[in-house]
Amino acid sequence: MAGQTLYDKLWDAHVVRRNEDGTCLLYIDRHLVHEVTSPQAFEGLRLAGRRPWRVSANLATPDHNVPTTDRAAGIVDPVSRLQVETLESNCREFGITEFGMDDPRQGIVHVIGPETGATLPGMTVVCGDSHTSTHGALGALAQGIGTSEVEHVLATQCLIQKKARNMLVSVDGEIGAGVTAKDIVLAIIGRIGTAGGTGYTIEFGGDAIRALSIEGRMTVCNMAIEAGARAGLIAVDDKTIEYARGRTYAPQGNQWQQAVATWRVLHSDADARFDHVVHVNARDVQPQVTWGTSPEMVVAVDGHVPDPQAEPDVVKRTSMQRALDYMALEPGTPIAAIRLDKVFIGSCTNSRIEDLRAAAAIARGHKVADTVRLAMVVPGSGLVKQQAELEGLDRIFLDAGFEWREPGCSMCLAMNADRLEPGERCASTSNRNFEGRQGQGGRTHLVSPAMAAAAAIAGHFVDVRTFGEAGKETARTASR
Amino acid sequence: MDPYKKFTGIVAPLDRPNVDTDAIIPKQYLKSIKRTGFGPNLFDEWRYLDHGEPGQDHSKRRLNPAFVLNLPRYKGATVLLARDNFGCGSSREHAPWALVDYGFRAIIAPSYADIFYNNCFKNGLLPIVLDTAVVDGLFNAVAKTDGYTLTVDLGNQRVIAPAGKEMRFDIDTFRRHCLLEGLDDIGLTLQHVDEIRIYEKRRALQAPWLFTEL
Repeated sequence: MAGQTLYDKLWDAHVVRRNEDGTCLLYIDRHLVHEVTSPQAFEGLRLAGRRPWRVSANLATPDHNVPTTDRAAGIVDPVSRLQVETLESNCREFGITEFGMDDPRQGIVHVIGPETGATLPGMTVVCGDSHTSTHGALGALAQGIGTSEVEHVLATQCLIQKKARNMLVSVDGEIGAGVTAKDIVLAIIGRIGTAGGTGYTIEFGGDAIRALSIEGRMTVCNMAIEAGARAGLIAVDDKTIEYARGRTYAPQGNQWQQAVATWRVLHSDADARFDHVVHVNARDVQPQVTWGTSPEMVVAVDGHVPDPQAEPDVVKRTSMQRALDYMALEPGTPIAAIRLDKVFIGSCTNSRIEDLRAAAAIARGHKVADTVRLAMVVPGSGLVKQQAELEGLDRIFLDAGFEWREPGCSMCLAMNADRLEPGERCASTSNRNFEGRQGQGGRTHLVSPAMAAAAAIAGHFVDVRTFGEAGKETARTASR
Repeated sequence: MDPYKKFTGIVAPLDRPNVDTDAIIPKQYLKSIKRTGFGPNLFDEWRYLDHGEPGQDHSKRRLNPAFVLNLPRYKGATVLLARDNFGCGSSREHAPWALVDYGFRAIIAPSYADIFYNNCFKNGLLPIVLDTAVVDGLFNAVAKTDGYTLTVDLGNQRVIAPAGKEMRFDIDTFRRHCLLEGLDDIGLTLQHVDEIRIYEKRRALQAPWLFTEL
């Protein structure tokens, strides 16, 4: 018998019941809840007279609607405020632990899960949010669900699901200086496309993935959904275990030893069979910049805006042209000639301490270009913010002319007051460059934190590998 | 949920791939704490020329006359014809809520994003997968014929063209059954309460840290 993939192992360990047609009841260990996709689910519970199956499996925090400016003023928009208050009252009514807006542990749900140890290796994790794939970096089976499924998980602690197929994306060799986890995942999406992972769980492996820190791995798994895969996974190794050690909700004492022993097997067996395997040569990965309105529309920073006329497929050609019209870009324009109005460093993709360190290393001693109207840094959680301030990163950003904000999803999707105005162009460390994503008519270019910081200072995209001494230094550390 | 019945409806073509859920329903409307009322804001940024916010009277906004759903010939459409990877991006179930609230009962496309596909079934919206060549043919037929309609027969897994041509589609048996009967997932799962409890007992012995109080 062939060995098992990591996905096979995680799946098998959580099957409560399997129907003849292969549909399974899958047990869910951790359910993360935020204010946007949960109110209708709680309402459904109430209407049916149901209670949460296992209250302590749930952890909630508001992140999408929260202001990133002074919290003392509360939320000005009454619709946003009601949604955040509704989460609070639902959590109170059903006894669910919530890190509220004034709690120092509040933050983006995908940042606070791992950092508190609420998400751990070997778990099944769900959240009414597509970027739940992030937690797969810890060797957990983590996936985004809709609100009906949020209600289903609250009521039954299970998900009705058929198993996906297995895909391995192996990033072989060593990445070059200045290349980061974000560049790796953007390059993968550019290669396999935004539907390349549809129907699959993607395991990311290979030397370059193993060389990444846990934060970097989270960046990669975070964007598995941008390649179409509901879940991304990375095998457990020493780094994973060291990351989990000592976290608030991580097991202690004997249980820790017991847990580590079970986590050690959370990798694909040497003879495991994948339905699809993609090899990426790490040496070929350059710092990436998206030029269009889908994450697969991406090129290296030393490249040019592509020409739709060179695309033979008519549907793709039309869609490229449409993207260029929306982005107001001409084919053949060097990426480095694209000037920015705003810069956003944050989101569940890139708002962890390592991301902020990488950006700060570039920003140190420089000034944001006069032509850039706003450059903002939004830490992923209150704890990330505290740590950054302890290291003096806030001072570096403030001295360079960046704004230093309170934690939340912020301008990744602009549900709070942080947004692009029509026509504004932004270098963003977030995950989606869709039309209107950061504000109606806004134009988004996805990049790594170091690339975003360098763009803020230059006023246009620059290759972080040649961006002064700071750039060279970051390049060496951020790639580890 | 109501049982899913055979119906015939006008087809509206949305000829672009990778339509994401941000485009289907923009973020500002996600602030609602209700499941209904999203129809007027379906494809909001394509459908209107001005910016919309929740709570305003959308019937007074400026329509984009070039957007397909604003063309008189597609008024009352219940079948949306789409391209590859429809519904990609955010997991927001507000996307199927908006499509249903607008009046759509089925979508036809060569492929869908997983989470969106799954969300449709929870809301009585049928996402039908047909081959790219068949979908191309339907785009042509819709363009040629004013008021072009299709019949959707889930029971027999057929899409039927006006001239009688039948196009078979595959669908998961369990999902088909749930739609046809209008079954509630939670009710179904709760029939297996004992199995869930047994699983939990076993897991709590194997991996007690998974059951730590937060």
